[in-house]
Amino acid sequence: MTRRKEVIRYMKAIRILSRNVRDSFKSVFRNISLSMASILCTTITLILVAISLFLSYNVRQVTTKLEHELTIVVYLKKDTTENDKISIQNDLKTMANVDSFVVKSKEEWLAEMKKDSETLKVTLEYLETNPLLDSLIVTVKDVKDLKDTALKLRKYSFVSSAEYGEGMVENIIGVFDAISVGTLSIVIALVLVTAFLISNTIKLTIFSRKTEIEIMRLVGASNSSIRLPFIFEGFILGILGSLVPIIMSIYGYTVLYNQTGGYLFTKIITLASPFPFVLIVSGILVLIGSLVGMFGSYRAVRKYLKI
Amino acid sequence: MKLIKVEHAYKIYKNGTTAVADLSVSIDKGEFVFVIGTTGSGKSTFIKMLYREEKPTKGDVIVGGINVARLRNSKVYKLRRKLGVVFQDFKLLPKLSVYENVAFALEILGLPSSEIRPKVLKAIDAVGLKEKARSLPSELSGGEQQRVAIARAIVNDPKLLICDEPTGNLDPETSKEIMKILEKINQELGTTIIMATHDKELVNRMKKRVLVIEQGVLASDTKKGSYKVHESNKNSK
Repeated sequence: MTRRKEVIRYMKAIRILSRNVRDSFKSVFRNISLSMASILCTTITLILVAISLFLSYNVRQVTTKLEHELTIVVYLKKDTTENDKISIQNDLKTMANVDSFVVKSKEEWLAEMKKDSETLKVTLEYLETNPLLDSLIVTVKDVKDLKDTALKLRKYSFVSSAEYGEGMVENIIGVFDAISVGTLSIVIALVLVTAFLISNTIKLTIFSRKTEIEIMRLVGASNSSIRLPFIFEGFILGILGSLVPIIMSIYGYTVLYNQTGGYLFTKIITLASPFPFVLIVSGILVLIGSLVGMFGSYRAVRKYLKI
Repeated sequence: MKLIKVEHAYKIYKNGTTAVADLSVSIDKGEFVFVIGTTGSGKSTFIKMLYREEKPTKGDVIVGGINVARLRNSKVYKLRRKLGVVFQDFKLLPKLSVYENVAFALEILGLPSSEIRPKVLKAIDAVGLKEKARSLPSELSGGEQQRVAIARAIVNDPKLLICDEPTGNLDPETSKEIMKILEKINQELGTTIIMATHDKELVNRMKKRVLVIEQGVLASDTKKGSYKVHESNKNSK
């Protein structure tokens, strides 16, 4: 008996839900001009969001790539003893910010130089002794502390120099950080603006359906059953609004990537490969679109329900 | 059995106007009651309190066992499902046909189509609009539109039918038709009917119980009464 009741309840819920879904679709097309306004508004914002996402993701990628390439080259003085070499290596192993390091002896440097340039090779052949210095190449964990780590290493009496590209590194990191923070705040601002715009557009739609809501309340529709079709309508509008941005970002980014060969302006700035990146972006766009649509309708319909 | 019990009900609006003051009345199941009163007498507020469009400020308004005064906004639908309301301006959905307008009241309750269909057809038949089930409200006369509204109000077999000046927009002949239908519903289905009206002739002809509301209080309550608003207060509870 209770099981039968449960089944009836379940069937009832399904019926109400399917009616809501049907009504939501009907309503989108019945109020096509207002729906278009919401959809366009979502579309424009989501395009901007997509651009911001592409920008910030690529900037981030370049930054991480650069960060991995940034190293401190520690040159040891000519008269450094073997003991000192071992002690600095042990110290490096315990330093908090040091990720890894490699030893590069003066012989290796010499070989590399000879390989790189014919002129140097010829010049170096004349030298009897190797004028270069033994070195350690240190990779750090956090680039922000690059300078501190370099300064620490400079304190050793047998360290000739510890270089990390002073000035330039700070500038690049500063600029990239600013771009990241900037694009992120733009995305958030855009999302909020869209939620507000959609909510206002849906408010207009709902205003034109005030009588409908009034009648629904009169004949005994519960608040949630009045709200549901509107929220679902917002969901549909959000999804429809994200279609164009998705197509644009999948197609547009792939074309950009193929046209430029994966580099923007210089070889330093590499673009992230399109797949699965564009798919992730599309997912984010659908998510933002539908959530913003639902939130917008929820906000709009609230006003007309005495809760 | 008392279907409606109003005890010392007050309604004081936020702007300080007292619309209803210390009003007490009870209405039995199956009664047909007219509520009359001039504009601003508190008649509308009284009617609106019955279906919880207005919440009493003080006192009890009990409709079908539900105390309207203590009903939360989110639970109002539970009361509305027990009664039907008919308005002066019909309140039909213009884009839905007669059938759809009536079915609308059942669809939101989640009834299956197989149950909705016979109920809707029965209600439409009761108001004599069987032939026009597929018409849109705009294709109907005022009287016919009001009949659709009545069909929608009774489709769920409510115990109580509240009519707020249902004939206000209609000519005398059409009003008579509407009254015939309401009387039929009252007698055949046993539905309690409360009707607010301005129509003197109509009240005098029907010879039903009449509640007169003046300045927010119940000025008179007479069985088989007639329309007499401007009489001095002979308060009888």
